[in-house]
Amino acid sequence: MNEKAPKLLEKATILFAGDSGDGIQLTGFQFSQNTALEGQDLSTYPDFPAEIRAPIGTVSGVSGFRINFGSQRIFTPGALVDALVAFNAAALTKNIDQLRNGGILIVDESGFSKRNLTLAHIPEDQNPLDDEALVNSYKLLRFDITQMTKEALVDVPGSPKDKTRSKNFFALGLIYWMYSRSLQQGEKLIAEKFKAGSVAFDANIKALRAGYHLGETIEETAVRFRMDAAHLAPGRYRSVMGNQAVALALIAASQKANLPLFYGSYPITPASDILHELSKQKHFGVKTFQAEDEIAAITSAIGAAYGGALAVTGSSGPGIALKGEGIGLAVILELPLVVINVQRGGPSTGLPTKTEQADLNQALYGRNGEAPLPVLAPASPTDCFDITYAAAKIAVEHMTPVMVLSDGFLANGSQPWKFPAASDLPLISPPVASEHTEDYQPYRRDENLVRKWGIPGTAGIEHRIGGLEKQDITGNISYDAENHQKMVNFRQQKIANIPVPDLAIEWGDPEGDVLVLGWGSTFGAIREAVINLRNDGVKVSQAHLRYIYPLPANFEELISGFTHILVPEMNMGQLLGYLRREISKPLTPLHKVKGVPFASLEIEEAIRQLLK
Amino acid sequence: MLKAVDYSSDQDVRWCPGCGDYSILKQVQSVLAEFEAKRESTVFISGIGCSSRFPYYLNTYGMHGIHGRATAIASGLRAVRRDLDIWVITGDGDGLSIGLGHLLHALRRNFRLKILLFNNEIYGLTKGQYSPTTPEGHRTKSSPMGVIDHPFNPLALALGADATFVARTMDRDPLHLRDVLKAAHAHEGSAFIEVYQNCNVFNDGAFFAFTDKKTKANNTVYLEAGKPMVFGENNDKVLVKEHCGIAVDTLENAQHPLVHNPGDLHQAMLLSRMFDLPETEMEQPRPFGVLYQTHRPCYEDLMQQQIQQAVEKNGAPDLDALLAGDTSWEVH
Ligand code: SF4
Repeated sequence: MNEKAPKLLEKATILFAGDSGDGIQLTGFQFSQNTALEGQDLSTYPDFPAEIRAPIGTVSGVSGFRINFGSQRIFTPGALVDALVAFNAAALTKNIDQLRNGGILIVDESGFSKRNLTLAHIPEDQNPLDDEALVNSYKLLRFDITQMTKEALVDVPGSPKDKTRSKNFFALGLIYWMYSRSLQQGEKLIAEKFKAGSVAFDANIKALRAGYHLGETIEETAVRFRMDAAHLAPGRYRSVMGNQAVALALIAASQKANLPLFYGSYPITPASDILHELSKQKHFGVKTFQAEDEIAAITSAIGAAYGGALAVTGSSGPGIALKGEGIGLAVILELPLVVINVQRGGPSTGLPTKTEQADLNQALYGRNGEAPLPVLAPASPTDCFDITYAAAKIAVEHMTPVMVLSDGFLANGSQPWKFPAASDLPLISPPVASEHTEDYQPYRRDENLVRKWGIPGTAGIEHRIGGLEKQDITGNISYDAENHQKMVNFRQQKIANIPVPDLAIEWGDPEGDVLVLGWGSTFGAIREAVINLRNDGVKVSQAHLRYIYPLPANFEELISGFTHILVPEMNMGQLLGYLRREISKPLTPLHKVKGVPFASLEIEEAIRQLLK
Repeated sequence: MLKAVDYSSDQDVRWCPGCGDYSILKQVQSVLAEFEAKRESTVFISGIGCSSRFPYYLNTYGMHGIHGRATAIASGLRAVRRDLDIWVITGDGDGLSIGLGHLLHALRRNFRLKILLFNNEIYGLTKGQYSPTTPEGHRTKSSPMGVIDHPFNPLALALGADATFVARTMDRDPLHLRDVLKAAHAHEGSAFIEVYQNCNVFNDGAFFAFTDKKTKANNTVYLEAGKPMVFGENNDKVLVKEHCGIAVDTLENAQHPLVHNPGDLHQAMLLSRMFDLPETEMEQPRPFGVLYQTHRPCYEDLMQQQIQQAVEKNGAPDLDALLAGDTSWEVH
């Protein structure tokens, strides 16, 4: 029995890091699942190497998985980590800066061989594990995890090299022990991933147990923690990543609208997972089309939309740039189309695996001519579902392309998700024209200025549409000056008419000194900052724009109760510039364009500066 | 029953008087009537250019898209609507320059589309610049000293992309044009048809060598399946195999006249390379008709098959199960 009672924690952050071949992501997933089953709230984020197969043992080959979890609500994958598990010297070098002072550092001594040190560019005589500063700054737990795993697996068939593959589960066992998790639950999760009775299954179970038992034998020296369940709203939960949530929302919308789903896409980081996810769900009638380029991806989707499908195209900034003309075509045709932009660092190829919010101007203004379209942005991985669903509903019901601005941080981040029942999802009613509609005119509009969707195959309403300016009502080609102005106004007003939910105070009071107004993936960091400062008595609140264009009707009113409005963005002030065109109230920018998300501390600092 | 005129829309046709497009429009309307095509399930998709105005003049469904993208738009439409009869109208600028990529990919995927490429060897709508099929040395507005680009050979390109139906015809031979359209319509897959079309404003006479009474007979060979490739003023010349290529011989001398077999890819490739510059006296005649035809499953059918297989494997779609995922848990 453990004499020392485990220390109660409210939240903790762990970073698993090792070579990309070390099974870091799997370890992270298993720990996340286990955490969710404990009822704690969590947020995770993977840190993949940018290179596909960077040389083993090098810093560029390090793969990381971060999890922030707690008995309180968790909004971000965390800033500094409380525990770092490093499987080799490169993983340590790359991530040690992220470990807080006094944090726990677990290392596999086998990963600090002469060769490993060289690969991590550490001089041979300076093994960090012998560095006094390091030993003094952190609680260092060094074991030869690789060797101990091999010993634990003597009875399992396979070469010694095969056996070392289970070292991640050995480490996971130790972490389970350290955070007072049940070993049985851990074994169950292995059973979900590996076929019972297979060599891999046996090896990983044995390694997990050995790691757990190691914990028990070192309990005199090591600390142990426990954590209560979080007070999450009751209901059924699952874990979901942003890109996955986008894919689920598209399928859900297609089912609810009773329209076949067509997804035209070209491989691009970090959007490709949407394509992968959708292509797994063909039994929902999903048609995924890996096009020859970004232009074909969108224009094939426009063809599908013309044919009566829920048509979607997804990409990242560089691909969206190529789709610009196609988006304009969808605008003038007035066909429904969902365009997903999973933003990454730019310009040009930029930073493909890093996150940024610098494509807002592109979304709002990146087309020739007057080509307005709704722009929506999810605030969290789970919100990717709600916003994408809403985008599909708007596209179909208002016959317009709609842009969804996700980003790399949301795409790969994961959270527990209280998923909806299919029956609770809002209805989607496509304005489809019926056969032999009397005097059908393709560009006749209803009270919301929405035209009817005349789908090929429908008898009695045959008509032609195209990218040339069209005459009001008939859709025939028209070069008439007055008509052009009229059509431009219609297309503008049609978008302005789309009802969007009111903006709400997400956290805090409706009046105060500072309102932090964000959009997209900055949500979590802002929330943490606002909570922290309110605990210190600062009169600060949070509002978050999910509907950027058109703006919620109550926008001006809602922000009027605050002295300062702080607008943090991972760009040079694009939302700020857009809002300045719309409203006169002074806004304070907060920029960060480093390819990494805001830390809540940076936002807290900016708020304090404002109040100085 | 619908007549050719019933496929005409109420829009005024705006091509220049004398343009070859008129004849093509007329023949298309006439074959639609012949097929008894349902107006509601017939769709014409085009890009940008003179030829791309085509859909506006037909009383069917139609979309005038953006430059070069007609084949991609049509591919997406076909992917979701296997019940529609879809025609793509493109030109040498639209289909072989800005939109070449989409054309080749549509052909290799073998979407069931009838792709009519009106080749007039010039940019008409932008008023007279050279196109990817304009012959070298040709003087145009953008090549006052002569074109230095080597021209494309459209049929060779299509064959290179593994098109399953490759044909050539011309605006000035309505009968042949209709025959080719009918063969294309019957084809289950992508049908690529190059139509020589005279732009009488910017490139008048580009194909006169093949259409003019005086030169036509010696410069053209009409391909018919199972028949020897005979041509010439007096029907006295014939194509024969020579080493690895094709040569012209007299019918009298020829031991083994070549017989057209549209299923023979190698022969089709050789025929497609018979691409001498059209002079009044050409060494080799230019072939017209269906050069090649084969069968390969259509992309959209394979796509549908996978959906059926997925349904058989995973059962009918259950949205609640999808949303719940593999692992979910209850929070009380
Ligand atoms: S410019 Fe040439 S191709 Fe275009 S309509 Fe006139 S004649 Fe026909």
